[in-house]
Amino acid sequence: MSTHTPHPDLPPPLINVGLIGWLRTNLFSSWANALLTLVSMYLLYLMIPPLIDWAFIKADWVGDSREACDSGGACWVFVGVRMDQFMYGLYPASEYWRINLAGVLLVALMVPLFIKQFPWKPWLGLFIVVGYPIIVFMLFSGGVFGLEYVETSRWGGLTLTLVLSSVGMAASLPLGILLALGRRSTMPIVKSVSVVFIEFWRGVPLITVLFMSSVMLPLFLPEGTHFDKLLRAMIGIALFQSAYMAEVVRGGLAAIPKGQYEAAQALGLSFWQSTGLIILPQALKMVIPGIVNTFIALFKDTTLVLIIGLFDMLAMIQAGLADPNWLGYAIEGLMFAALVYWIFCFGMSRYSMALERKLHTGHKR
Amino acid sequence: MPSDNAKTLSQKKVPLWRQPAVRSITFQVLLVLCIVAFGNFLLSNTLQNMEQRGITTGFAFLSNEAGFGILQSLIEYDETHTYGRTFLVGLLNTLLVAVLGIFFATFLGFFIGVARLSHNWLVARLATAFIEIFRNIPLLLQIMFWYFAVLRPLPSPRQSLNVGDAVFLNNRGLFVPRPVAEDGFSLTVVAFFAAIVVMFFIARWARHRQDATGQQFPTVSVGLALIVGLPSLVFLFSGSPLHWDNPVLGGFNFSGGLEVIPELAALTLALSIYTAAFIAEAVRSGIQSVSHGQTEAAYALGLRPRVTLKLVIIPQAMRVIIPQLTSQYLNLVKNSSLATAIGYPDLVNVFAGTTLNQTGQAVEVIAMTMGVYLMISLVISMFMNWYNKRKQLVER
Repeated sequence: MSTHTPHPDLPPPLINVGLIGWLRTNLFSSWANALLTLVSMYLLYLMIPPLIDWAFIKADWVGDSREACDSGGACWVFVGVRMDQFMYGLYPASEYWRINLAGVLLVALMVPLFIKQFPWKPWLGLFIVVGYPIIVFMLFSGGVFGLEYVETSRWGGLTLTLVLSSVGMAASLPLGILLALGRRSTMPIVKSVSVVFIEFWRGVPLITVLFMSSVMLPLFLPEGTHFDKLLRAMIGIALFQSAYMAEVVRGGLAAIPKGQYEAAQALGLSFWQSTGLIILPQALKMVIPGIVNTFIALFKDTTLVLIIGLFDMLAMIQAGLADPNWLGYAIEGLMFAALVYWIFCFGMSRYSMALERKLHTGHKR
Repeated sequence: MPSDNAKTLSQKKVPLWRQPAVRSITFQVLLVLCIVAFGNFLLSNTLQNMEQRGITTGFAFLSNEAGFGILQSLIEYDETHTYGRTFLVGLLNTLLVAVLGIFFATFLGFFIGVARLSHNWLVARLATAFIEIFRNIPLLLQIMFWYFAVLRPLPSPRQSLNVGDAVFLNNRGLFVPRPVAEDGFSLTVVAFFAAIVVMFFIARWARHRQDATGQQFPTVSVGLALIVGLPSLVFLFSGSPLHWDNPVLGGFNFSGGLEVIPELAALTLALSIYTAAFIAEAVRSGIQSVSHGQTEAAYALGLRPRVTLKLVIIPQAMRVIIPQLTSQYLNLVKNSSLATAIGYPDLVNVFAGTTLNQTGQAVEVIAMTMGVYLMISLVISMFMNWYNKRKQLVER
């Protein structure tokens, strides 16, 4: 008796696999979908080719005056010529090396943090948060070790943006944690003070806070106290941002099961021991995405200082637009700024997603 | 001896600084003292400084003549009006841009958020690109982009972009025909509100009937027909008491019609697009938070996809969306203060800007401005909390 040999499996129909299959399931699964696809393609066709043509193919890249821009495309010469100002603001050109040095130093300090086996990570982290800002301040403002003194009103450009946002981040996280703990406190006065503080700063726009710090702080302080404009802006930003940070941290604190608090108490830990060793490490890990989102918002918000007359990167670009030699290149300048901000913000959000995945120790559904 | 031991233990008082109640009271008293001392320090400094600079405190300046013009005003205003009036003008302009922004941002945001979850690969990618581009660029930069790079370089009034000789777009703004009501138009308005009231009762009746008998009533389509149809009928029968005032080019600019100044257009555009990107993310997370089991269960019960969406998915998704939506609305209102960067006459620009500079009453002006934003925030969040409570899942 001959054994039964099944007919070999037929390959799947050609229209269900490969490129055609993918197109059928993802782009043309129904009439409505096909129509949507075609409309989107037409929109892309309308936008993308002219944009590429303008920004790359017809653009002018090299030159040192507006005469170089005659091809009708984007004039990146404008950005190139003013690049130093966009990066360093009004800082004296001979002293740019100080800013560069601070940048290189930061990168050099950060690299070991990403090496798994590096043993002194906490100490290095502490140094970056505490020691490094002092070094940077001495480098930037000078006046010591024979460095030329540069007043803060000449700090500017991307440098100022980064300084403002890192100071804001460094100040708002501890303040925010304190406020969040205060808001969850059982002591009624501590709690209400925290609530009022948080809700006040969250209820007003940052501009009014900056206006307040630039107009009212001089009134608040004793006669003759000189208060640096940059410092005033920093205080405003830090207070404003700490309220948002507090709400993020509070979310994390609320998500910790009550058993954790009780277990810590049962072990005889004091409030600060249980908070620092048990609660906060878990709570902060849980709210990393929220913290990074707050940082991103802070980074974007630093652009507002241009309204009170500090020269961050956007203000430098705006000043460039008013230059009579370069009138009419607003699109190029603002596009460049948008690209820089976008890279920073997008990078941070991606990094937070990666961090979230890395630190995730629980069970993911 | 054990009994002796226990006696000494119980006799040994817990030291004062170890008692939670004592510590808590001491700490709070200290805190209050610190705050009072700090407040006193600020207050005395402020009073002394103001005295030195010759600034009188109080709100009397509000009734002084302002003497400066404002670009756009929803109420009657000119140089002879008071500083108090400038406050009102600025406030109304802020509210105008906030309402416009919330309206457009909500529509665009829901559209993009749904598009992001589309099964169509291309549409989903386009929506993602929109969100990732616009929420990662500072709002101020976007406002400046629309204003300085898009609206300012538009042609002059003589070479306006022209749609059907009725809508004109140029570097002075957007000019559209303005509806002018004639006698008898109020009837149409009355009909509109009457239709809404009738609609409300029909909806209630339909709900009661469905609860009692299970019979459904096409509330939405009937309601739409009523709210659109009744005013239109009244409008036609009362002799179409409305005409359009078209903008006309005269001299250097247009006159007549409704003028949207470029500052308002740029601000509305930037605020709506920026906030829409965040709303879209809220919508996406809301829809994704409804587990797939809900959809499957609804299908298993025999509900059609459209009904499933309406009765199962959207109500549950809204619970996640509403709180996020609230905070985005609040952000939009606060962000509208960026108007001052391009010179749109909002509260911060007019009142905390020009009025503050002219009068020097920093404390009063800033306090009033902040007070307004705090009030707006409170009102919006109270409304949203009320709504939220109504829609909240009743948990055991």
